[in-house]
Amino acid sequence: MRDRTTDGTSRVAAPGSTPGLEVARVRWSVAGRLIVDDVDCTAPPGAFTGLLGPNGSGKSSLLRLVAGITVPDAGTAAFAGTDLASVRRRERARRVAFVEQEAAAETPLRVLDAVLLGRIPHRSLLAGDTDADRHLAREALARVGMAEFADRSLATLSGGERQRVHVARALAQEPSLLLLDEPTNHLDVAAQLATMTLARKLAADGVTVLAALHDLNLAAAACDHVVMLDAGRVVAAGSVKEVLVPAVIEQVYGVRCDVLEHPATGRPVLAFS
Amino acid sequence: MPTTTTPTPAPTTAAAPARRRDPRAAVWVPAALVVLVASVVGSVMVGAADLGAADVGRTLVTHLGLGGLLGVEPLPALQDATIWELRMPRVLTAAAVGAGLAVCGVVMQALTRNPLADPYLLGLSSGASFGAVLVLGAGVALLLPLAAFVGALAALAAALLLARAMGVMTPTRIVLAGLAVSQLAAAATSFVVFWSAQGDAYRDILSWLMGSVARSTWTSVAIAGVAVLVVGGLLASTGSVLDAFTFGDTAAAGLGLDVQRTRWVLLVGVALLTGALVSVSGAIGFVGLTLPHAVRMLTGARHRLLLPLAGLFGASFLVWADTIARTVFAPRELPVGIVTAAIGAPVFAVLLWRGKAV
Repeated sequence: MRDRTTDGTSRVAAPGSTPGLEVARVRWSVAGRLIVDDVDCTAPPGAFTGLLGPNGSGKSSLLRLVAGITVPDAGTAAFAGTDLASVRRRERARRVAFVEQEAAAETPLRVLDAVLLGRIPHRSLLAGDTDADRHLAREALARVGMAEFADRSLATLSGGERQRVHVARALAQEPSLLLLDEPTNHLDVAAQLATMTLARKLAADGVTVLAALHDLNLAAAACDHVVMLDAGRVVAAGSVKEVLVPAVIEQVYGVRCDVLEHPATGRPVLAFS
Repeated sequence: MPTTTTPTPAPTTAAAPARRRDPRAAVWVPAALVVLVASVVGSVMVGAADLGAADVGRTLVTHLGLGGLLGVEPLPALQDATIWELRMPRVLTAAAVGAGLAVCGVVMQALTRNPLADPYLLGLSSGASFGAVLVLGAGVALLLPLAAFVGALAALAAALLLARAMGVMTPTRIVLAGLAVSQLAAAATSFVVFWSAQGDAYRDILSWLMGSVARSTWTSVAIAGVAVLVVGGLLASTGSVLDAFTFGDTAAAGLGLDVQRTRWVLLVGVALLTGALVSVSGAIGFVGLTLPHAVRMLTGARHRLLLPLAGLFGASFLVWADTIARTVFAPRELPVGIVTAAIGAPVFAVLLWRGKAV
């Protein structure tokens, strides 16, 4: 299986281009339980990579390790050729932004203020927001299609709108690598599709996007590249058509499926039986 | 044509420096400062002896050694002593304690992401109370501030060690550890009071437990004032750091903060300041809990403006609360903690009811 992983990834990254995210032999355990087991994977630059796998397969943990929020027991995560562990925290926060699942504030917060938090790594901790910060924050809101919500209270937004605000906060960090942890959780189908479209758009703008995803069909429809985890290990990685095949799905999830072709996009559609 | 030698304001904002101050700060902070100065002068004037603002001014000028320079005659000795030895230390201590508690309350609520957090969360007040009743019961009141300070820090150390022992220091673990230490220290305090206190000692202890600035001296002003200006000033400058915790530890780490170290440093800062305040005033409640919520309704949740404003309004609030405590039932006095609770609890309830605070 490991062989296939390396094959799949090396084919996607164009030779000679700057490398995207390269995770090498990352291992992490908590309370004696191995959660991430010697993971090698890549996310090509300027592409939308989906991190797939069942509950507890280590998707969120791997994202947190890449973001530097937890420290791996072994292994490295490098972006654009730089080991992220060797970069100072604040500097790393200017390159890598992480949107966790369901982050909630305990106090009432204006949408623009929430987005402005993303500017913190870019300025002295003693300094306040500048006009440039406010401009960038509004721009980030516009990129996620939430410009007119700037002065609303975060608490009055729907789940999908809040998710977009969190992405805008991450964009305000001006990252080259954007990590999304199950960004479509608890969203209705329209909001799910909108989130995936947004991720594709950001990737097209040059941001390397790595998202933990639950819904295989969403991943099949939107991702450029996917990595399949099971029990903390990479089972398969490569293009959607290479990874989302009945054999892999059955091995990882224990369910049978047929892979159809989407009549409009030609992308795979999984029909479970 | 008038000759305009004064430089005209920059024609457009394009020339303005990028790091422009928050326009709200430019209004609120000076306004809150004016309110505080007016509160201090006003409160010094209020009381059994009838004194005017001019008298307060004369006393200040005299004691600052400017009497000769400005040609100001000193007040009669009795009035001068009332202002300089009785009311000024008391009012200034109240201001310093109020400011410090409000700032600590903001920091604790942000760090634990718990709207019910206050400066005493880590068992600081219970620890201080235990230290205090030990020396009050033994009749060595001189050692009281020191004993209270040591008690507060001991409680903090116990709470933090307990939180550490549970694993990574998460907000919930901090709250739980603080609760455990608080309850233990409170039980020990009750035991000492129950066992040893009699007569006047009992009243002394109760007054201290409720919080009071009645016995303030210039030494109290120095302790509380220096602590507030140094530690409180540092804490009040951590607005961006506290902002980063808005969406929790993970988000803060994602914004480039060393979450554990930051939390540790800020908690120790809060403990030092609160310990110093409690050592001069006892555990005055509700300032550190309610003031942050009330001021947040003015400023929003961002901390850069909230911190200094909470400090300034906290100072004014406690000055007036103490003025009420010493005048309403004059010549009898209430511990100011009763007044802050009587005002703070209903205000907190109203904030809850309006559903905006938490």
